[in-house]
Amino acid sequence: MPPTTAMAEKMDNRITLAHGSGGSLTHKLIRETFLPLLSNPLLGRLDDGAVFGVDKGRLAFTTDSYVVNPLFFPGGDIGRLAVCGTVNDLSMCGARPLYLSLSLIIEEGFSQPDLQRIISSVREAALEADVEVITGDTKVVGRGSADGLFITTSGIGIVPEGIEVSGTNAKAGDKVILSGTLGDHGMTILIQREGLGFEGPIESDCAPLNQMVSSMLEASHDIHCLRDPTRGGLATTLNEIALQSEVGILIQEDATPLNPSVSALCELLGFDPLYVANEGKLVAMVKASDSDRVLEAMKENKYGKRATIIGEVTGEHPGRVVIRTRMGTSRIVDMLTGDLLPRIC
Amino acid sequence: MEFCGGHTFAILKNGIRDLLPSNLELVSGPGCPVCVTAISDLDKAIFLSHLPQTITTTFGDMVRVPGSHGSLASARVEGADVRIVYSTMDALDIAQENPQSQVIFVGIGFETTAPTIAASIVEAQRREIDNYHVLPLGKLCPPVMGALLKMGETKIDGIIGPGHVSTIIGSRPYEFIPREYGVPFVISGFEPLDILLAVEMLVEQIEEEDPKVEIAYRRGVKPEGNARAQQLMEEVFEVSNANWRGIGEIPRSGLSIREKFSHFDALKAYDIEPGLSREPKGCICGEILRGIKNPQDCRLFRRACTPENPVGPCMVSSEGSCAAYYRYGGEDG
Repeated sequence: MPPTTAMAEKMDNRITLAHGSGGSLTHKLIRETFLPLLSNPLLGRLDDGAVFGVDKGRLAFTTDSYVVNPLFFPGGDIGRLAVCGTVNDLSMCGARPLYLSLSLIIEEGFSQPDLQRIISSVREAALEADVEVITGDTKVVGRGSADGLFITTSGIGIVPEGIEVSGTNAKAGDKVILSGTLGDHGMTILIQREGLGFEGPIESDCAPLNQMVSSMLEASHDIHCLRDPTRGGLATTLNEIALQSEVGILIQEDATPLNPSVSALCELLGFDPLYVANEGKLVAMVKASDSDRVLEAMKENKYGKRATIIGEVTGEHPGRVVIRTRMGTSRIVDMLTGDLLPRIC
Repeated sequence: MEFCGGHTFAILKNGIRDLLPSNLELVSGPGCPVCVTAISDLDKAIFLSHLPQTITTTFGDMVRVPGSHGSLASARVEGADVRIVYSTMDALDIAQENPQSQVIFVGIGFETTAPTIAASIVEAQRREIDNYHVLPLGKLCPPVMGALLKMGETKIDGIIGPGHVSTIIGSRPYEFIPREYGVPFVISGFEPLDILLAVEMLVEQIEEEDPKVEIAYRRGVKPEGNARAQQLMEEVFEVSNANWRGIGEIPRSGLSIREKFSHFDALKAYDIEPGLSREPKGCICGEILRGIKNPQDCRLFRRACTPENPVGPCMVSSEGSCAAYYRYGGEDG
């Protein structure tokens, strides 16, 4: 029996293996979905790679893969995440992000309108971050071989002269500045993925931080470290820096900002927000005399409104992160070990 | 002794031990549902997970606890369908969505989770779901406290009583503790100030030589508890003997499924033959659960046994003493 018109239309709305074959459907997908949304002269040439010149300075280069489930979540989707994550990784090297590559692995049967939505998010996030997607690739794999859609983005940026930002550069006496609340992304994904039905105003903080970083670097050349505390949370990031720089870090528990809903949900499930993932936050180690200036610069950016000094780098207990609790006691904050699992009782 | 693992976590996380005078020591108790699950019971769950066309559901921590031969997590790697749920109702929904499979819920927990397991069974009956079974491993808190005091291995001068369990059962079931053993008992919440208040109330009782049951967690616990939850438990479960890890069999300390709901009982529906169980070599979780040893006393602690590579259950659970000492205990802990 021939397919009905409705069935044919439904099939038309799905990605098939042929979309990844390199043939006419692949070209149709590129012309009708990718180019209109991501158009720029370098991408538009459709060569095997993009050729471009760069200004003076050193190059920064990074890559990351995105496999989030669910693909759409309050505050963003996998497209926005794939742009922001790579833009932020470049920014944390002190680089000004310029260009991205976008590589998609799509599961057969994936909805075309959803793909369109995700590429629109890529476009919006790229516009916001002022970066261009200049090369890309699409593969389609059989049903069951991928979980809907995986994205890999790589990025290139330029580190301006005189900027020296690295996880090895934290110095005793530096102030530790956090750009805002902890745990929003991780708890949003958890609620969505597990269908927890928690009706609090929680959304992912997924955001490009490059413009905030630019203002910070204009305010001070003595920003020694920048990191975005993604998986493993702030606790893991601070431990990495303490080890890399061979310094101690002391933070104040009551100084770390939290959204009340995130705080309540963490308490309910027995999670520690210090270990929950963020996608639009950064932590900076800044020379103490410049810290107020940097803080002001951060607060002027919409993603740094709740920026605050949460502690300092010390010469004591090198390689260790210590937190001063609300009770006035101290304890060591370790890296994330094992998985975050909810308590039962 | 703080009975609950949740209390142990809050105490270490907030550095409460450092605030107390040196003659006041806090000892962790057996209040960790994952930890007290007997290894033979865990082996049953792992055995069931390997059956064809079977989906095994349980709470997160349980998946990573090593049994005699592997864990539920390693069963999953070998192809078993093991899923973590946040609520018993999720397990029931999985059963409804997968009528071709048998869905088993590994029903561990104390009085806090027992009403939700009971509710899932009542709801399964109502929705006529016949591919849902519960492996009943529920345990009761007051009897294990009685058993520990009776064993007398550890000198406990006062007990910080469970907060969440007591929201269900109230404060009355603990009254035998001061009456029969002369041990003060104060129910506490999980905020650092709740715990400090409970410690202060215990010290006052000890000084006045007037042991009794008190509540330092009034916003959560009423003396009579939650009548509706108790009624649900009563409808579905009956009290039976239970096997506790590290302690052994304690009379009338567990929950079995009543005859009326026996068609949801995995113990009745399956021939479960997991073979001989054996405790991991060198692991002292049992002594830690009885309050006679601390995690630091264990030769495996921080060496062979870490949260990534746990040997015993106390290192796995987010309510386990070893995990709490590992994460928040500092160098010496």
